[in-house]
This record gives sequence, structure tokens and C-alpha cells, in this order.
Amino acid sequence: MAKDVMEYRKDFPLLMNDTSAYIDNAATSQRPQCVLDAELKFYMEQNANPLRGSYPLGVAATEVYEDSRKVVKEFINASSTKEIIFTRNTSESINVVAYSYALDNVKEGDEILVSIMEHHSNLLPWQMVADRTGARLKFIECDRDDASVDLNKVEELITERTKIVAITQVSNVLGRENPVRAIADLAHAKGAVILVDGAQSTPHMAVDVQALDADFFVFSGHKLMGPMGIGVLYGKKKLLKNMQPFLRGGEMIDSVQRESAKFAELPHKFEAGTVNAAGAAGLAAAIKYIQSIGFEYMQERELMLTTRAMEGIKKIPHVKVFGSDKPEEHTGIVTFAVDDVHPHDVSEILASDGVDCRAGHHCAQPLLQYLGVNSTTRASFMFYNTEDEVDRFLKSLATIRERMGYGN
Amino acid sequence: MAINSFYSEILTEHNVHPEHKFDLGDSTIVLEGVNPSCGDDIFLKLKLDGDVIADGAFIGDGCAISQASADIMLSMVIGMKKDEALAMAARFKSMIHGEATPEDIEALQEAAALQDISHMPARVKCAMLGWRTLREALDPDSDEDDE
Repeated sequence: MAKDVMEYRKDFPLLMNDTSAYIDNAATSQRPQCVLDAELKFYMEQNANPLRGSYPLGVAATEVYEDSRKVVKEFINASSTKEIIFTRNTSESINVVAYSYALDNVKEGDEILVSIMEHHSNLLPWQMVADRTGARLKFIECDRDDASVDLNKVEELITERTKIVAITQVSNVLGRENPVRAIADLAHAKGAVILVDGAQSTPHMAVDVQALDADFFVFSGHKLMGPMGIGVLYGKKKLLKNMQPFLRGGEMIDSVQRESAKFAELPHKFEAGTVNAAGAAGLAAAIKYIQSIGFEYMQERELMLTTRAMEGIKKIPHVKVFGSDKPEEHTGIVTFAVDDVHPHDVSEILASDGVDCRAGHHCAQPLLQYLGVNSTTRASFMFYNTEDEVDRFLKSLATIRERMGYGN
Repeated sequence: MAINSFYSEILTEHNVHPEHKFDLGDSTIVLEGVNPSCGDDIFLKLKLDGDVIADGAFIGDGCAISQASADIMLSMVIGMKKDEALAMAARFKSMIHGEATPEDIEALQEAAALQDISHMPARVKCAMLGWRTLREALDPDSDEDDE
């Protein structure tokens, strides 16, 4: 039997110390004490440079770091820890694939397929690859109303020339989950590889990279209650093996001569320099925390909060929600616009009422252009948010037009 | 925090019913001002008659602060000489950075309605957009820092 949410909130020092309603979880989540403890414990009790010293502390540091890799491997059901590479964040993970896989495997005349919903982090690296190789960048467009992707159109877009399909599992603006397994099958049928951006999915749903048949899967620790500065690149072993290192330097080698070097085995080939071991420990603690609660409970709460927000917004004139009208197709994300009021003014007024929301383009400018808006405001929920916080948000939202000088 | 009162009648009135937001046909200077991170984007259009700003207007999109600030600015600088307008821009900038003297505030008239921005670092760029664009339009060689 899951605990009451107020019990879980006590796990989060910031939520206990801050009186505002934090509903900007799609930007970054809050962190429970166990994550903070894991990072602190590393530096207080286990700190040495991992994978180097053979003294007990060096062994302990290595163990913490490599145990964290095992936790991540289980979390996304990779077939081996060799397939789990620690990076700084999702952006870095995607750049590894762009520089170390794509530049060597994409030629002039080839095609790279992304979706219009991509976060800039899953678009700019592919623009770079297209620029440097002469490949063409093509876009899967979603339905403007319900944010769905038409698989028939995807099938038409993937051709014999397509080398890479890069798509987010959940849009950070519209919140809708994409059918990535079906898209993976279409990509594989034409010989392309697929990279799935899991930054916005991993905090909210169980992911099985083998069931998705993703060739690459990337995510960040900080959105799933782990620390900032630690992210993950999963790649199928056969692909990673044939890739060149992204960064070269310390601890990614077997042996070095004056003019050449033999690189280390996976995953260390891709982890040059001193690693973020404390961050990895914190990420593992976050994953264990999620597992102790269970996605079932988290999803139930997030759906309840999303439903409450969307139902409430329906009763406020001049506020439009983007994406599907079904709360279960939002993954906790409610992006909206208030007629005539700029999102920065919306978020400023919400902030003055103690509600923390993000306004802007959410690092997805092409999507907003496609939807015909410059910027929007986004409320995004995590299981630890409360009904009271949603109500405070709705109450403030209902007053905004009047406070900005419009009749209603 | 006193943001409730921050969106004052002066500010919302200049945002909802701007006097100078239109396309000025016979402008002699046109300059775009952009805040990339927020998406505020204006075109400032000025008609200079010798050394005097004979007329001015702006078009574009942005938050209430950027739009109202640009509108208030134009209501003040139309009719001024270039150096008077630049001096006013300097006063406005010092107010936004919390460094203005009481004389500055007095001289800034309606624009003083934005003085609380000095406590809202995230919105400084919005308030400065029109004034920064004005300075760049009148004194393109200035290498003064924007923010």
C-alpha cells in the first residue's frame, strides 16, 4: 500500500522549506534526501578517483560507480552494463551519437529524420550532421490538435536513404507519448538506426530499451529526481563497439604510445577524464527511490493532477491547452496560452501568487512555430505535487486577464 | 513580493492600448531589437528631422513589460533632440539597475512606473528592449554594454 503523498513530500527537503507550488518538473525535478545523501556519502566516505587506485578507497569508489551503472542497466533493461555510458546529460549523450556515429555513417544524399517535437538538444546535433555531411534533415510532423503521430506518414518519410531516426519518447511541450517501438520497426525495415530521447519519459514510465528496440536511448538524471550533471547514453553493443571515442584523454585507453593509442573496452571508451562518480551514485539512489514508490502510484497521482488542472482550465475563459484533450495523453505536462497575455507575464503573475511555472519556447522553437505561437506557459507535474497546488495554480490563472487590463 | 501592484494601470494601459504601436510609413531609421531568450521582438521606427526625433513608432511582439516600456519611451522621446533622448536612455538604464538618483526618477516621468524591475532580474531585458534599441539606433557606434 503506497504512502500518502504528504509522507513522500517529507523526503524532499526543498519541498518542505519552500512554500511555493513547484510545477516546473519538466524543466527539472526536485531531489529526495536519499539522493543528496548518496552524493554526500561518496565524498565523505568513498572518495577516490574511480577505476584507478588499487587501495581500498579506490576500490570502494570504483564499486560505487560501477554499481550505479548496474542500477541504470536494470532500470532501462539493457542487456549489458557495457551498453551504459555515463555522460553529463541528454544533450551530451546525443552529441556523442552525432559526432561518433553519425559523422562516420551518414553521407551526402542520405537522410536524417527527426520529429517537429524535438527539444533543441535532439535537433541541433542533427543539423550539424546534415551541414557537415550534406545529408538532408526531414521532419515527422504531429497532429496540431492532439499531438499524435501518423505512422503511415512516418513510413512514407523513412526511405532507403534514411540513416538515422531521432525522436523523443515524450514531448516536453505536448506531453504525448510517441509510438517509438513502431517507429523503430519502420526505421529498421529500411536499415536505419533509431535514437530515442527519454529525457521526458524516464521520470514517468517504465522503459525497456530492448522492448523498444532502440539503438540508442538517452536521458538525464536531473529530471528523474537525480542530480544535475549526470546523464546516460545507452547504445547497442554492436554499434558502440564500432564507434570512435567522442572525447579522448584519461582513463579511456588500454595503452598509449607516442603516436597512437589503443582505446579501452566499452563503456570506458566513451568516458574520458575523471567521471562524475558522486552524480552516478545520486542517480542510482534516485532510481531506487522511484522503484521503491513504483511507477503505478506515480502515474496514478500524475494523471489525477493533470486531470484536475485540465478540467479546471476548461472553466477559465480565454485559456487554451495545447495537445490532446485527454489528460492521459499528457504525461503530466499541461502547456497553455492565455489570450492576449504574453507567457512571461502569465508566469510572472503566477510567481507572485507562489506558483512556479515555466514560460518561453521550452527549447522547442520549431514546434512552437509549427503550432503558430512564439511562446507558451507550461505547468508540469510530478507525483509529489498536491491537489492544493493545482488549485492555487488555477485560482491565480483565473485572475490573470483581469490583472493585465482585460475585461475578462 | 509586490508584483500584484507591479502590473500597474500605467503599464497595462500602455500594453493593452499603446499609443505608438503602429507602422510608421515615413521613418528614416528602422532597427530591430530582440531578446532571443524570451522571444520579445520589436522594430523601432524613428523619423529624424535634423537632430530632432520628429516622430516614432514600433511594431512587434513581446511581453507586457517590453511593449509598455517601448510605448512609454516613445511618448517621452518624440520631440527630443538625439542627445536628450540618449541621456534619458542612460537614466532609464540606471533606474533599471537600481542606481538612479531621485532626480533621475523624477526626470523619467511615466517610465518611472517600471522602477521595480530593478528587483526582477529576469525581466530587466524586457524593460530595456525599447531603450536599448533606441540607443543603438541613435548612436550605432556606442560600444556600451547592453545589460
